[in-house]
Amino acid sequence: MLPRAIDIYRVLPELVWCGFGVLVVLMQPFVRNRHFFTFLALIGTLAGTAASVSAAMRAGPGFDGLVQSDSFSFFFRLLVGTVAFLVVLAAGPYLERERLPFAEFYALLLFATAGMGVLASAQELLTAFIGLEMSSISSYILAGYRRDSLKSTESAMKYFLLGSFATAFFLYGIALVYGSSGTTMLTKMGSEELFHSKLFELGLALILVGLGFKVAAAPFQVWTPDVYEGAPTPVTALFSAGPKAAAFALLLRIFATVPAATHFWFWAFWGLAALTMFAGNLGALVQTNVKRLLAYSSIAHAGYILVAFAAVTSMARDGSAEAAPAYAAVLFYLLSYALVKLGAFTIVSQLGGTGEKNLSLDDYAGLSERQPFVAAALSVYLLSLLGLPVTAGFFGKFYIFKAAVNSHLLWLAVLMAVNSVIGAYYYLRVIVMMYMRESSAEAKSAAPVGFPLTVNFVLAFTVVGTLYFGLFPNRVLNFILQPALFGR
Amino acid sequence: MLPGGHLLSVLIFFPAVGALALLLLRGDDHKFIRIIALIVSLAEFLFSLLMIRAVPVGATGYHLEEYAKWIDQPPIHYHLGVDGISLFLVILTTFLTPISILASWQSIEHRVKEFFVMLLMLELGVVGVFLSLDLFLFFLFWEVMLIPMAFLIGIWGHERRVYAAVKFVLYTMAGSILMLVGIIWLYNATGTFDLPTVEALLHTPLSQGGLELAPRTEMLLFLAFFLAFAIKVPLFPLHTWLPDAHVEAPTAGSVMLAGVLLKMGTYGMIRFCLPLFPEASRRAAGWVAVLAIIGIIYGALVAMVQPNLKKLVAYSSVSHLGFVVLGIFAFHNISMQGAVYQMLAHGISTGALFLLVGMLHDRRHTFEISEYGGLATPMPKLAAFFLFVALSSLGLPMLNGFVGEYLVLLGTYQRHWGWASWAALGVILSACYLLWSYQRVFFGEITREKNRTLPDVSAREKWILATMAIVTLWMGVGSTFITARTAAAAQSVIDEVEPQRPYEAATPDSATPQAKLDSSGAAKAISSERLGIR
Repeated sequence: MLPRAIDIYRVLPELVWCGFGVLVVLMQPFVRNRHFFTFLALIGTLAGTAASVSAAMRAGPGFDGLVQSDSFSFFFRLLVGTVAFLVVLAAGPYLERERLPFAEFYALLLFATAGMGVLASAQELLTAFIGLEMSSISSYILAGYRRDSLKSTESAMKYFLLGSFATAFFLYGIALVYGSSGTTMLTKMGSEELFHSKLFELGLALILVGLGFKVAAAPFQVWTPDVYEGAPTPVTALFSAGPKAAAFALLLRIFATVPAATHFWFWAFWGLAALTMFAGNLGALVQTNVKRLLAYSSIAHAGYILVAFAAVTSMARDGSAEAAPAYAAVLFYLLSYALVKLGAFTIVSQLGGTGEKNLSLDDYAGLSERQPFVAAALSVYLLSLLGLPVTAGFFGKFYIFKAAVNSHLLWLAVLMAVNSVIGAYYYLRVIVMMYMRESSAEAKSAAPVGFPLTVNFVLAFTVVGTLYFGLFPNRVLNFILQPALFGR
Repeated sequence: MLPGGHLLSVLIFFPAVGALALLLLRGDDHKFIRIIALIVSLAEFLFSLLMIRAVPVGATGYHLEEYAKWIDQPPIHYHLGVDGISLFLVILTTFLTPISILASWQSIEHRVKEFFVMLLMLELGVVGVFLSLDLFLFFLFWEVMLIPMAFLIGIWGHERRVYAAVKFVLYTMAGSILMLVGIIWLYNATGTFDLPTVEALLHTPLSQGGLELAPRTEMLLFLAFFLAFAIKVPLFPLHTWLPDAHVEAPTAGSVMLAGVLLKMGTYGMIRFCLPLFPEASRRAAGWVAVLAIIGIIYGALVAMVQPNLKKLVAYSSVSHLGFVVLGIFAFHNISMQGAVYQMLAHGISTGALFLLVGMLHDRRHTFEISEYGGLATPMPKLAAFFLFVALSSLGLPMLNGFVGEYLVLLGTYQRHWGWASWAALGVILSACYLLWSYQRVFFGEITREKNRTLPDVSAREKWILATMAIVTLWMGVGSTFITARTAAAAQSVIDEVEPQRPYEAATPDSATPQAKLDSSGAAKAISSERLGIR
């Protein structure tokens, strides 16, 4: 059966990303100029992101409902596309500095992006699995991209082994769901009997385990610090922003479509959220390596997002129709979080120096005197992670708090408040380092680290975005809150 | 009105404009930066004086209101307004900012531009807190003010500055996050963040479309708000951040911290805890009063044994702020007015004490009392100013401290004579620790050779201190100018807590009850209109 044109349109962004990925691979033997590939990758990510607009204009199910082009997938395609674009910008100088090949990096990045796009728009579990694999396998390779570095190899190995386990769980979950419901289409799982099927519930639980691994939810989070630390920093930036958002997107779609409104799910998310918040924040307290610190912080933030999931399931359980703000909270949080983490890791990548030597907190001492603008930008990100007003992170946290209180999850809200304060301590530690400690003599005498134009663009984009959404969250929110978020 | 009816917005954002202008200047011309900062803050002070005309004597309700849509979902509004209570707190803030700038004229040599930017941003946050009438907006400014203060302590402070700065932020955040949960809960119950609307809803009986909170819910909400404010004040067991922050902060930071930041806590109690949760406030009043009295006595006793002069002043703040909290939770018109007055008076006199301590530190680089002694000989003028300020702080009649403490004790006595008698101990103890420390620092033999040649106050310092002294004296003898304007606002807060109490006027004013009726009717009309919008 030949696909219809309209089906093509509905997956156009993924096709464009894949197409450019293939193009990069094909051109690689013939073109010597490395900057050509950067240019190509930029065009590719932008074109795919632009194609998501065209896909959104032709909203509806594609390929007989395997994928769904709706506002929800539009949002996530825009998000992962922009993330990929910014990562390409930030990665150029990094690859140059570390003397790593350009073309393969961009090709893998484009494939991973396409996988995330599939994840965000999939409405059928096997399609989702393909998306998950596309993004994961590219990610495994990207994590080990610095082949001669022991840490990078370790990172790839760990990510691959544990990731394969998680994927196996996911696949097994699909099998059980299929066995109990006779379908892999999410939209066909709405029947009442499925509610009470233990097999179905077990299948969903295994899917949750698989996705829980991808979003670094405790107790499936142990890989995160090592992988984040070892991977090349631009890749870490991608990991923390892209695949995480895509996995959360799939999780949201599953729980928005499938009526999994039982006590079990509510308590599962409640427990996951509480455990993840504490695992992330307590782990981050003792870190002295900035990359690891940010890795633990990203676990903590996954915990905050899971609080909103607990709110969603709680509302569904109580039969309240007011779940839209809770979905919106997740989406807004992912947006603000992606901006901030991208910016922060870009700075870490740039300051790391050749071979990523300068990653310890002490290397950031007195940064505000040496490089005031960089220190100011990093402070904006950290304050956003901390959730102080006038940053996007504040509204993100505010909406999650609101969702939690809305569904009477007071204890979870209080736990989240406690965690915010614990989190404040280690974010402040970095700020204290930058502003209140003296630079080491060595750092003082060294020339300030150069920030190329592309990197500065990434920083400017993320800082302005963070502050803009911190002052005027209106537009994005109105978009997210529109009634037809999930095309049904 | 001068700037087209947006006076309050101008007041909030003018410091930001000044800070931005400073940021654009070159960093190495320190003198120019200081002058610009001073001009900005003086202009801000003059702007704030314009508000006095807009708040008529004896009027309740909010004035100079500004109301604009900000965020649709959830409905958050940019709602500002000023009443008799916030009026003078804003003026206190705008008055202390130029004073702080002058006080750091020479002592800040390092990162001068950033220092003044932070000071102006701090002013923005504090003024915003006092003028916000939207719970969300209030919280926003409450948090915004944290960062400049933390930087002021952490960058320009003394030896253990980083520890003090982080402790300050963590303490405040712990309270404020719970307050955020409380604010959201309140929003869920009422559907709005607008303070007057929420207030009107909570005070309308259920049968007329109002809202009644279950006692337990109300108590939890009260605690969520109260904890944040109690940390800020700081109330007795939560005060441990204060001595660290004060001792480590630069002089300007201490002046702003003691002068206005602590008042944000007591202001929050008056503005939010009492009117929104009257029943819970009544139930908690006994406990709060006990903590306040412990704070009064404990603060005074600890101050008495402090070897460190700045810490002594810091603990005296704990003691003095205890009076404010006691005055608020005695629910008596006179004590409430006393509390408001004490907030202002403490801002001036403790601010001045910190200035003086800072001047001593500029000369000798130590706060240890044992390092001083006999200073009245080399620096008679500074000694005279110090005595004057110490006397005002310990509540000598004719000076500002007396009015506040006296009114608090008078009002409290009429409700609970036991509370007042215990609190009165604090007055005696404050005389002890202030005069004793004064004696050790300024009288006696000169024990350290270095002290023999210390220079007396410079012209700049003299002007600062003289200004403070004049305000101190004026507030002591001309208190009716302020109480006349705070009376009605204080009474309306009391009315909301204990509606059955008759009007007990500190300043007899027969027109007020009628005016109050009118304005509350108007408030209802406005609020129902706003509910319609929602």
